[in-house]
Amino acid sequence: MEVTLRIKRFNPETDKKAHFEEYAVEVDPRDRVLDALNQVKWYQDGTLTYRRSCGHGICGSDAMRINGRNRLACKVLMQDLGKRVTLEPLMGFRIEKDLLVDMDGFFDKYKSVKPYLIADNPPAHGERLQSPEERHLFDDTTKCILCAACTTSCPVTWMSDDFVGPAAIVNAHRFIFDSRDQAGAERLQILNKGTGVWRCRTVFNCTDACPRDIKVTEAIEQVKRALIFGDQ
Amino acid sequence: MAFHRYDAVVVGAGGAGLMAAIQMAGKAKVAVVSKLYPTRSHTGAAQGGISAALGNTEEDHWEWHMYDTVKGGDYLVDQDAAEVLAREAIDAVYELEHMGLPFNRTPDGRIDQRRFGGHTRNFGEAAVRRACYAADRTGHMIIQTLYQQGIRHNLNFFDEHHLVDMIFTDDGQCAGVVTYEIRTGELHVIHAKTVLVAAGGYGRIFRVTSNALAGTGDGVAIPYRRGIPLMDMEMYQFHPTGLYKLGVLLSEAARGEGGVVRNRDGEAFAVRYAPTLADLAPRDMMSRFIYEEIKAGRGIDGKDYVLLDVSHLPPEVIDEKLPDITDFARTYLGVEPKKEGVPIQPTAHYAMGGLPTNVDAQVISDPAGTIVPGFYSAGEAACVSVHGANRLGTNSLVDLVVFGRRAGKKMVEDIATLDWATLPKNPEEFAREQIEGLKTQQQGERAADIRKAMQDIMMDNVSVYRDEALLLEAQQRIGELQESYKHVGVMDKGSTYNMDLLEAMELGNMLDLAETIVHGALARQESRGAHYRGDFQARDDANWLAHSMIYRENDASLRLEKKPVVITRFEPKERKY
Repeated sequence: MEVTLRIKRFNPETDKKAHFEEYAVEVDPRDRVLDALNQVKWYQDGTLTYRRSCGHGICGSDAMRINGRNRLACKVLMQDLGKRVTLEPLMGFRIEKDLLVDMDGFFDKYKSVKPYLIADNPPAHGERLQSPEERHLFDDTTKCILCAACTTSCPVTWMSDDFVGPAAIVNAHRFIFDSRDQAGAERLQILNKGTGVWRCRTVFNCTDACPRDIKVTEAIEQVKRALIFGDQ
Repeated sequence: MAFHRYDAVVVGAGGAGLMAAIQMAGKAKVAVVSKLYPTRSHTGAAQGGISAALGNTEEDHWEWHMYDTVKGGDYLVDQDAAEVLAREAIDAVYELEHMGLPFNRTPDGRIDQRRFGGHTRNFGEAAVRRACYAADRTGHMIIQTLYQQGIRHNLNFFDEHHLVDMIFTDDGQCAGVVTYEIRTGELHVIHAKTVLVAAGGYGRIFRVTSNALAGTGDGVAIPYRRGIPLMDMEMYQFHPTGLYKLGVLLSEAARGEGGVVRNRDGEAFAVRYAPTLADLAPRDMMSRFIYEEIKAGRGIDGKDYVLLDVSHLPPEVIDEKLPDITDFARTYLGVEPKKEGVPIQPTAHYAMGGLPTNVDAQVISDPAGTIVPGFYSAGEAACVSVHGANRLGTNSLVDLVVFGRRAGKKMVEDIATLDWATLPKNPEEFAREQIEGLKTQQQGERAADIRKAMQDIMMDNVSVYRDEALLLEAQQRIGELQESYKHVGVMDKGSTYNMDLLEAMELGNMLDLAETIVHGALARQESRGAHYRGDFQARDDANWLAHSMIYRENDASLRLEKKPVVITRFEPKERKY
């Protein structure tokens, strides 16, 4: 089927501001949006720029706005989008070029929640024990691929630069609720600040945006409850 | 041009690279170079598990793991290396757990383990539970965990830097790398005492592949062009269960949990070929069984695919242990695995071959094992060789952590004794000329056309089934494509995120590797593991119980030498399952 891709373009070396360009492409209904983008890049306009790698929703490179919603280009099929498809970069981050945005701030906020296990007493031999029930408590938030779809769907992050954002909270949650970790209190302190979880307005955009089906808003709420009631 | 100096440069931020860098943290000044962000590395796509004879759910021993690895590799495995792999897998898995990897757990809180293709108890008696796993996203959890530790250790990451050249002195010492900063287009020379290439594989040479678009073998092709030989390049694994046409991997874990592959008659045919292990026969065999079924007209609707069936498994097993792969089937094919079979075909998956190394990850330059000072390799880019002619499922992740770890430790040792090699004048010159050449080419050939032609010929002529006629045709075609590549041009002439240029450079790397694969496949006149020759169907231990080492001569011709296989405990036998 023939579809029209309406792509927001911006080249920092030649453009003052972003504009839309349209490309007609012939696609199979089961093609991914990424396939359609590749078709444009490979056969029509080599200057079109976006990130991509694994092509099946596990590496987190190709999050973008597809018809207004944050999605991975490799996880949305053309058949689900209609004849005209609008592709734009994620909102709230500086556009580097076309659909590719500056991720530095995103990773800085991720790093600010100490996203690594802090527990310096491993057994001399063998693994630490953890029951399947304990493991289950943070299973959902281990799925995060750091694609930034959640953070850039959040109205609060559009309005302010200092909110850590849903992705950082998800990754803090992953350790706060891990029975092996010993720095939960420290992370909760970070998220109790003005830049932390209390900025969340439970809009649920993040949950809708997550390509890994992580219950992001619920994870944020669990962190809030841990702060209020101390239940980890 | 920017200039840096580090004790160690790690090229590639996947499992092997990060594991090595973490070993060096605090002990040496380390730079980690990746053309992606580290968490985008293809280690993250590994699904099923990482094997280690922990014996958490049933009796197991590292000797059994070693035996399975050797036999799985059709005896082309160097057994000293396989012993290291199987022994050290145990500590490496515990180390990952200590770093925070969220493994699935047994009821008593230990790391849970499951069955996987080719892994057996007591030297082949029956399948054994050896694969430690985190749902079906074990690789994702490994890359996340290692990146987290990298942050904790404050590693210096050079994100979105593409390797464009390696620097060797005239007497053969590795002196550093040249990278292209994708964000700005600037060239960086990183002068280093030690360089580890852990930049992964090159599945993108083939049309149907499980590999990321980034899997273009840059880290293998670039040192090869600088005179380093490549080993066992003809040994390329096709995974039996790739999503039809897309190639996206459906983990062997599906069969480990009890799934089966069926033909058009609904028959679970693997048991007919491999009575003991049936659907858990190693990948090269499963892929060939599928090929035979399709050739006999028993593909679905007579087409070139069969079905992976997990519909008889309890729904909670599918939800708890195989969530991602069922999601892939739903998303990409609109198939509900709980109710129906998933269309699959073999997909280009893993390079057993690569940069030849010893068990300390030091790259070697000849069959005698002469070390290239300052140069190391680990992971899929390397060939130790623990996978021989066919890698067992889960052993790639074992390889990453075991040999990544050994690389890091060895590099720390060597940094203390190695002298700084002298850099040549203008070490970035060659890379600069190459880039300028691509940018200034007028009305050139289109990279996408050459790439597609390469992928087609490699898939059709050099995959699960090979013979002399097919390979000669491929050899000629790849030669023509290399010629066309000399005239390739790019549309994007800019400096900021010039992905057009990047893709053109990647294509050059893939073409050179494709040439070595075909060259090795033509030379190896036998069938062994993943390398199946219709015109030489038997394994030939008299002539080919040997690794192939391919050199590129100054006139760009190829030369092949044989390197004997290291045999310690297990004499080669016929391989039956």
